[in-house]
Formats: sequence, structure tokens, C-alpha cells
Amino acid sequence: MTSDHAAASTTSDHAADIDKHVKVYIKVFVALIVLTVVTVAVSYLDLSIAMAVTVALFIATIKGSLVAGYFMHLNSEKKLIHAVLILTAIFFVVLILLPVLTDSNGFWLDE
Amino acid sequence: MDIPYTVEVRRDTGLTNGKIAIWLFLASEVMLFGALFASYILIRTGAPDWPRGAEMLDVPLATFNTIVLITSSITMVMAWASLMRRRFGTYRIYMGATILLGFVFLTVKYFEYSHHLALGELPSTNNFLAVYYTLTGLHMLHVGGGMAVNAYFWGPGAKLWKTNPVWFTNRVEHSGLFWHFVDLVWIFLFPTLYLL
Repeated sequence: MTSDHAAASTTSDHAADIDKHVKVYIKVFVALIVLTVVTVAVSYLDLSIAMAVTVALFIATIKGSLVAGYFMHLNSEKKLIHAVLILTAIFFVVLILLPVLTDSNGFWLDE
Repeated sequence: MDIPYTVEVRRDTGLTNGKIAIWLFLASEVMLFGALFASYILIRTGAPDWPRGAEMLDVPLATFNTIVLITSSITMVMAWASLMRRRFGTYRIYMGATILLGFVFLTVKYFEYSHHLALGELPSTNNFLAVYYTLTGLHMLHVGGGMAVNAYFWGPGAKLWKTNPVWFTNRVEHSGLFWHFVDLVWIFLFPTLYLL
């Protein structure tokens, strides 16, 4: 089988599954709307800032995972894309932690 | 010469070139927004006091905008799904709706910005507003860029559907990946700027 044929057959396989995918997209959409309402509702509770940040980021992470996993098809994507994103995630975490690590009261600069 | 691997997948990557390219671009975008989020954390944790977002910003309006952007994400994926089902007319409706929802999002942001500017709340007023304008401004540029690409695929770029439907479907999928990324960024911007 040539790679052209492989691509065409992949496309027709997807076409056959597409109705199933659409049902999932609608469920994900409903979940995203519900989680948005929950995020806003929680913000009106009298939570401490630490708790509010934890809850808001937890819900945002669930929402982000739904978008990436289903709308962006990451849950059925090729290994190479996953590898690129794992590398990106590692650098992203380092980037986010930089303020903590380089703070004047940081654990190594305080020596 | 034809552009290679637009429809057929490369044997070594298992992907079309467009797919790997858009994901590499999105990886760089993660780092761009990541740097700004890291700056936000640094500025906020270093500040003696910091206003809660709801004290400065319009939460109901931003909630409406969040719902608009999430809705545009499902219309975008439905546009791609329509092409997979070989329904070009339905694709046009969903893609048109996606562009329209992007326009609604930017219009709401225009009113939000106008309100703040009328009150004399500029990026130079305080660090909160500097962070707000930088992050939402960059995000709005992305919404505008995504809309421009989507408008091209709704209009003149759609001619490709007649000559090479698989390539066109792939292009719309890649454009969709960018659009969903823009939605994903907003999913984090909304609580961190408006609710916390």
C-alpha cells in the first residue's frame, strides 16, 4: 500500500467514526460550559486565596485537558507529537518555577 | 514543485508536515504565554497587596466571553467534522459561525477596554492593569490572527476543496488546532485574571 492510499484509507476510517466523535464533542462542550459556571460560582465563595487559586487552577486544568484531548485530538495523536509536548511541558514547568528559584529569598541564593 | 507531505504522511514521523509544524508552533506559543504567566506570578507574589480580579474587572462580561470562545471551539471542530463527512455546505456554516463568534469575543473586549480607558485605567496605572492589558492584548492578537486564517479558509482558500479535499481538510484541522489553543489559553487567563 502506498502512503497516498494509507492517507486515503485513514480519512475514510475517520469518516466512518465521525458520528461517534461528534457525540463526544457535544458532551465535552456541555462539560466545558458546566465547569465554567462552577468556576465562577466557586469564586463567589469566601475561600482563602490559596484555596481559591487551587480550585480555579484545578478546574482550568480539567477544562484545558478536555479541549486538548478531544477538540485537538491529543488522546489519539501520534507518539512524536506527545514527545514534543512532554518536552514542552518540562520546559514550561521550569519557566513557571523560575520566579520561585530566582527569588531573593530562594532556597539556594539565600546561602 | 508540489509541497511535500501535505496529504500523505511521512514514513519517519507518521505525520503530515503541516501537522508536525503546527504542533511545533503551538509548543513555541506555550513558551511565549508561559513566560508572561511566569512574569505575572513573579509580579503578583512580589507585590505587597494585589486587587482581586473581580474588584477591577467585569466578571459577567468575561464569563459571557468565555462561553463565546468555548462555543467557537465546538463550531470549529464541527467545521472540520463536516469536511470529514464531505458536507461542504455545513462546513461553511460552522466555519462562518466560528469567525462570527471570534468577532463577538473581540467586540466584547473592545467594550471592556473602552470602559477601562474611559476611567483612565491605563497599562501604566498599576501592575495589575499592566499584566491585564499585556496578557489579554496578546490573546486578542491571537484571536484576530486565527480569525484571519479561518476567514481565508471560509472564502478564497476553500477553492482547494474542489481540487484536493484531503489537503483542504488537513489545513482546516491545523487551523482548528490553533483556534483551540487560543481557547485553551483563555481557559487559564479567565480565572487567573478575573476571578482570583
